[in-house]
Amino acid sequence: MTLTASPTDGLPVSDVDPFSHEVLEDPLPLHEQLREAGPVTYLSRYDVHALARYDEVHAALVDWQEFQSAAGVGLSNFRTEEPWRPPSLLLEADPPQHDAPRRVLTAVLGPRALRRLRERWAADAEELVDQVLAEGTEFDAVTALSQAFPLRVFPDAVGLGPDGRENLLPYGDHAFNAFGPSNDLVAQGAPRIAELSAWVGEQCQRESLAEEGFGAAIWAAADRGDITPQQAPLIVRSLLTAGVDTTVHGISAVLYAFASNPDQWARLRAEPALARVAFDEAIRWESPVQTFFRTTTTAVRIGDAVVPEGHKVLMFLAAANRDPRRWADPDAFDLGRDPSGHVGFGMGLHQCVGQHVARLEAESVLTALARRVARIELAGPTRRHHNNTLRAWGNLPMAVQPA
Amino acid sequence: MLGVQQPWAGHAGVDRTVVRVEEKTRVADGVVTLTLAAPDGGRLPDWTPGAHVDLTLDNGLTRQYSLCGDRWDAHAYRVGVLLEPAGRGGSAYVHQQLAPGHVVGLGGPRNDFPLVPADSYLFVAGGIGITPILPMIVQAELLSADWRLIYGGRERRSMAFLDELAAHGDRVQVRPQDEHGLLDLPGFLGRPRPGTRVYGCGPAPLLAALERACAGWPPRTLHTERFVAAERGAPVRTTPFEVELHRSGRTVTVAPGTSVLEALAEAGVEVLSSCRQGTCGTCETTVLAGQPDHRDSLLDDEGRAAGDCMYPCVSRSCSDRLVLDL
Repeated sequence: MTLTASPTDGLPVSDVDPFSHEVLEDPLPLHEQLREAGPVTYLSRYDVHALARYDEVHAALVDWQEFQSAAGVGLSNFRTEEPWRPPSLLLEADPPQHDAPRRVLTAVLGPRALRRLRERWAADAEELVDQVLAEGTEFDAVTALSQAFPLRVFPDAVGLGPDGRENLLPYGDHAFNAFGPSNDLVAQGAPRIAELSAWVGEQCQRESLAEEGFGAAIWAAADRGDITPQQAPLIVRSLLTAGVDTTVHGISAVLYAFASNPDQWARLRAEPALARVAFDEAIRWESPVQTFFRTTTTAVRIGDAVVPEGHKVLMFLAAANRDPRRWADPDAFDLGRDPSGHVGFGMGLHQCVGQHVARLEAESVLTALARRVARIELAGPTRRHHNNTLRAWGNLPMAVQPA
Repeated sequence: MLGVQQPWAGHAGVDRTVVRVEEKTRVADGVVTLTLAAPDGGRLPDWTPGAHVDLTLDNGLTRQYSLCGDRWDAHAYRVGVLLEPAGRGGSAYVHQQLAPGHVVGLGGPRNDFPLVPADSYLFVAGGIGITPILPMIVQAELLSADWRLIYGGRERRSMAFLDELAAHGDRVQVRPQDEHGLLDLPGFLGRPRPGTRVYGCGPAPLLAALERACAGWPPRTLHTERFVAAERGAPVRTTPFEVELHRSGRTVTVAPGTSVLEALAEAGVEVLSSCRQGTCGTCETTVLAGQPDHRDSLLDDEGRAAGDCMYPCVSRSCSDRLVLDL
């Protein structure tokens, strides 16, 4: 990228495209450049201000008053542009409209509500790992584990029917691409999106959902009057949009981290209770959700710069999660570290409402795998999957040595 | 300006379970408001209309107060406190002894009285029960919902916030008892209709009358706030306590001003956490014995009564010893 100083206020200016394939393949050099350029950099190509240091990203995430979400959390500004689908009642909403949906979903997906799933998911993970190992000790971890486990347990937990579950991944992939500019990745997903959206829309209706599950619990909240019946299907939609791809890429991230750090795998095997920390450390290290935008509700001073009102601000969660000002040896995947406070799930009142679900899924898989597998290593060239928002693996060939 | 802080600064950070009194203002006969801020001036935990905080006063009493300020101001809470001469001493302490600069213990905010979506709202407030209704009115305005308020009190000069309410014109009926007698609730509510929610806060007899008046309305129309004095086996402590870690058999001492999470980390026991203000739930820890002093925004009364888990980023101990499943 070309980095220059603005003639007027000394603000660093860059013409980089953070959504180019070159950056999506390896965003780490850009993250470092942006962090070191200053607390805020103007990205001239998209007319946005970028934050890449931990303190500024954290501060913007929690400050919903000055950094709103209702104008969209992608590049598109809903004040002036039509959203590609009806906005999310959670991700793309501000208080007070945000309050009731968030309150309901927080309860439905809270740690206490998940207790009844813990044993079942542990057993499901054991079964899946047994199946995978029965078929051989070399496999693509993305399809065999990262996709297989969430697609096995999450749609059941929501209460989806058996048909069409293969639509979840491409729908989520497109939704996360759509937060970026309208580039080739968005164009790639466009032909199928009407069909996928229609399927997702159908699954959100009360009659499509099982009598028990997250979906039914959301409709029960509508029956109690905690949300309106019009809000219920859109809140179910949030689960289906944000609950699958993110977890898949999170599990891939932790598996890749272990495959490339064999000493850490040995440590997990010796201390299986580290599974929870391992997953959050991988979320910090890899940041499956790389970026989100906010829109300023007033002129906001950041460092020496003033971002005007109504302006898009791009927060690099991934760069904050490796900011050396915050993290010692940030590029190391280290189970001895306390990853608490990373912004991989966001922070503040929009913080990932499904984070406890993701943790429980990952913990289930890691615990089962650690019990059965002594060594885990990469067994061939890996391939990235590019997405405007997500950091993902297309495949992860792995070889394991059963314990 | 972007309020950059260092929320991750570990034990060198600020105590998230105290607030400092910034202002104390007499707003009516027997009513003062307190403006509270974080000791470092940082953001306070977010809240929604209907929420309350627990304040632990220097005399050891914990009292619940509805937040009645502006949630767009992340740096200040406002509560209104009625002097209750027959009370157990909390309000007398606030009125007579608490002063700007004093630090009080904070729990929450929690919301057991949330505003649910509706086409229109009917608000009924009696006396100091006006406090949770104030931010609800702001909310109803922002949501472009239709709303009206009837506000009763003993006499006009004992009724707080009349100046703030005056801006709303005839949406607000102010009905001091010495001028108007008891509130005419059936007249105010009118005929039952769907899509309306009735929110009431005030003394028990008013709420009982409101329940009777809403008998013919669709189910779940009426929402009321009843503060039940928190029954604790032991008062909130200001002295150190011990945390026993069941799995390792170790014991860690937690000093005042240090969170359980920080004390554990210092002893080399990391518990995964995230928000560090009792809102996200990441650090949930199983409690095997002892009585937690819950300061989080997550557990409802039922969850607290169960006593089987706590959030050590903010919650502490009432008992000398807590046994955690760590």
